[in-house]
Amino acid sequence: MKKNISILIVGVGGQGTLLTSRILGDVAMKLGYDVKMSELHGMAQRGGSVVTYVRMGEKVSSPIIEKNSSDVILAFEELEALRWLDYLKEDGILILNTQKIDPMPVIMRKAAYPSDIVEKLKAASDNMVMTDALGIAREIDNIKVVNVVMLGKLAKVLDMEKDIFIEAIRNTVPEKFLLPNLKAFDSGYN
Amino acid sequence: MKKLMIGNEAIARGAYEAGAKVATAYPGTPSTEITEYISKYDEIYSEWSPNEKVALEVAIGASFGGVRTICAMKHVGLNVAADPLFTCSYTGVNAGLVIVVADDPGMHSSQNEQDSRNYAKAAKLPMLEPSDSQECIDFVKMAFEISEGYDTPVIVKLSTRVSHSQSIVETGPRNEKEIKPFVDDFMKYVMMPAMGRKRHVVVEERMEKLSAYSDEVQINDIQYNDCSIGVITDGIAYQYCREALSESVSYLKLGMVYPLPKEKIASFASKVDKLYIVEELDPFIEEAIAVMGIKGAVGKALFPLCGELSSSIVREKILGTSSLKSSLTPSDIPVRPPVLCPGCPHRGVFYILKKLKMKVIGDIGCYTLGALPPLESMDTCVCMGASVSMTHGIEKARGREFARKVVAVIGDSTFAHSGITGLVDIAYNKGVSTVIILDNSITGMTGHQENPTTGKTIKGEPTACLDLEKLCEALGIKRVRTCDPYETKEFEKIVREETGIEAPSVIIAKRPCALLKTTVIKKPYNVDPEKCKYCKLCLKIGCPSIVDKGDGVVINTALCIGCGLCASLCPFKAISQEDDQ
Repeated sequence: MKKNISILIVGVGGQGTLLTSRILGDVAMKLGYDVKMSELHGMAQRGGSVVTYVRMGEKVSSPIIEKNSSDVILAFEELEALRWLDYLKEDGILILNTQKIDPMPVIMRKAAYPSDIVEKLKAASDNMVMTDALGIAREIDNIKVVNVVMLGKLAKVLDMEKDIFIEAIRNTVPEKFLLPNLKAFDSGYN
Repeated sequence: MKKLMIGNEAIARGAYEAGAKVATAYPGTPSTEITEYISKYDEIYSEWSPNEKVALEVAIGASFGGVRTICAMKHVGLNVAADPLFTCSYTGVNAGLVIVVADDPGMHSSQNEQDSRNYAKAAKLPMLEPSDSQECIDFVKMAFEISEGYDTPVIVKLSTRVSHSQSIVETGPRNEKEIKPFVDDFMKYVMMPAMGRKRHVVVEERMEKLSAYSDEVQINDIQYNDCSIGVITDGIAYQYCREALSESVSYLKLGMVYPLPKEKIASFASKVDKLYIVEELDPFIEEAIAVMGIKGAVGKALFPLCGELSSSIVREKILGTSSLKSSLTPSDIPVRPPVLCPGCPHRGVFYILKKLKMKVIGDIGCYTLGALPPLESMDTCVCMGASVSMTHGIEKARGREFARKVVAVIGDSTFAHSGITGLVDIAYNKGVSTVIILDNSITGMTGHQENPTTGKTIKGEPTACLDLEKLCEALGIKRVRTCDPYETKEFEKIVREETGIEAPSVIIAKRPCALLKTTVIKKPYNVDPEKCKYCKLCLKIGCPSIVDKGDGVVINTALCIGCGLCASLCPFKAISQEDDQ
């Protein structure tokens, strides 16, 4: 890898973005890259908008990804994809889970959930990959593994070696949750 | 061994490798994980202290007792611990004492963004500032050496982006330390005026020596590249500069931010054409350099005093290049603020307080989210413990009649932290305030830490459990009542009675946090569209699993944990558990 790769993972608190970035960090280590990741705890975790930054390459300085500089945005939710869209590079890849989670102002009908998100995202990015990770997770009978389905999709899109991811999942995920997570990765990858 | 670690885990590792034997803390984002990680090392005694002042005093005792000790807190926690901080600067240490403070520029999870570097100067203590996880390990080990070498507590300062960013570290073995003998030294450890005067002279001499040390130490690192631009920077700001400017400029990276290396700074300033000072928040380095008589350094004239820096800001301000295009994100998209979780016990409390049109004097914790719509039932939030004492102040300002419409709300952990003294004040000074203790059996917002009211230690071992009812009675509060806030009718009745009476009172709203492993997740509820009259009462509780569809209400069964609060409020009995239908 000559240039650093920056991956922005966005979603809603509770969707498991932190586990995704930890597995990804382990993958980067196995590939011998320098890696830095940044996450937020505390107030930001109570169902709010969450973002995790993952950067890997020969030498990484800042753990934070700036606007217009993300090679990949891995979006776990449509509205969050739109919120963080400015962080995508011009030729960056947007991987979208076509799931909608209403924020409190929408739940209370003080605001409307935008109806044209996918069109807006398509107009902004020539490299958009859409996936119904929630649907896939439902097929596996475990809606908690949406995050690892997305990870599988990411590995596929970046054409990264599957086995390294599987080893990283084994290292990171507790034994009793391993099986559905491995299935989820596989479904996302294939 | 190479590992990925967040800065906080690396601080814990550094303490372990340095042979620390005692660790104390009160949880607070972004510092909490330091002591959680330390608690996994059996070689180190660790504790959640009731507050930061106690944590630091226990740490000072442990240092005098002869073992290397680390004490961690968030930036505002250092305010609470400031009293022992300033005087342990005078006493110095026996075994090494390292105080870790984590700032929160940008206020991701804090009530202010004070710059802790000012404490190093004010308390006359050396301060180190790592910029990544490896430096967290190295600087903590170094801090212990400085502490023992110069007979001083040492502060290690972090920020959210260092605490919560992961980077690769190389771990080493633990360097076990002998317990030092307890020293009887009245002149050093008994800070009465006569001794304090002598110790102050020692402190000033120590700062002179540390100043010289700062000029020698390698962590104050000059990297000469092109000398047309020179940057003096510290902490995470260094990483932003490296990202933005790479090797196109020269750097003086300050690993020791107090005392500053004056000779290195003067020499660096003389060799570069244009000098920039890049630091988050206050112009701490910039002002010190100005006092040194170095002219032309540019800092806060370009860089913001508020919020975080970024590599984009550095690039824009120093190189004048901006990569920013016009935004693709529409400005009017709905925000997604944090919310009280489904099943949160605080929801019932705020629903009733809003219904009764109470002025709610709030405090620090998850329940501060009760200030947001639709509950919108908190009127103030200043600092830990302030709810209790401020409520008393409002009563003294506006009289007892007004006090009938005012209550304090404070969490169990926050009450143990610094609410108790406020309650002593209410009882002692003839107050009539009503204080509601939200007892959810855990420290919630920081991610579930045990506290004196939970009956468990940091390691989960059973221990003495603070009895809130007995405590309040012992403080002189005759009216103490305990109630489940989800029994809304009963809770409302109690609030009416206690605020209506001219006597101080405490209501303990007791119900465990919905996220606790011991909290039973019940079957989700559903709305019967036949019975629902769309009166919207259930929407007033702000539960994220209840959705307004415009012509009716539905429950998101993926989020609902079956707490039943909405069902208990529904006047048409339209909400019931799945099986009941």
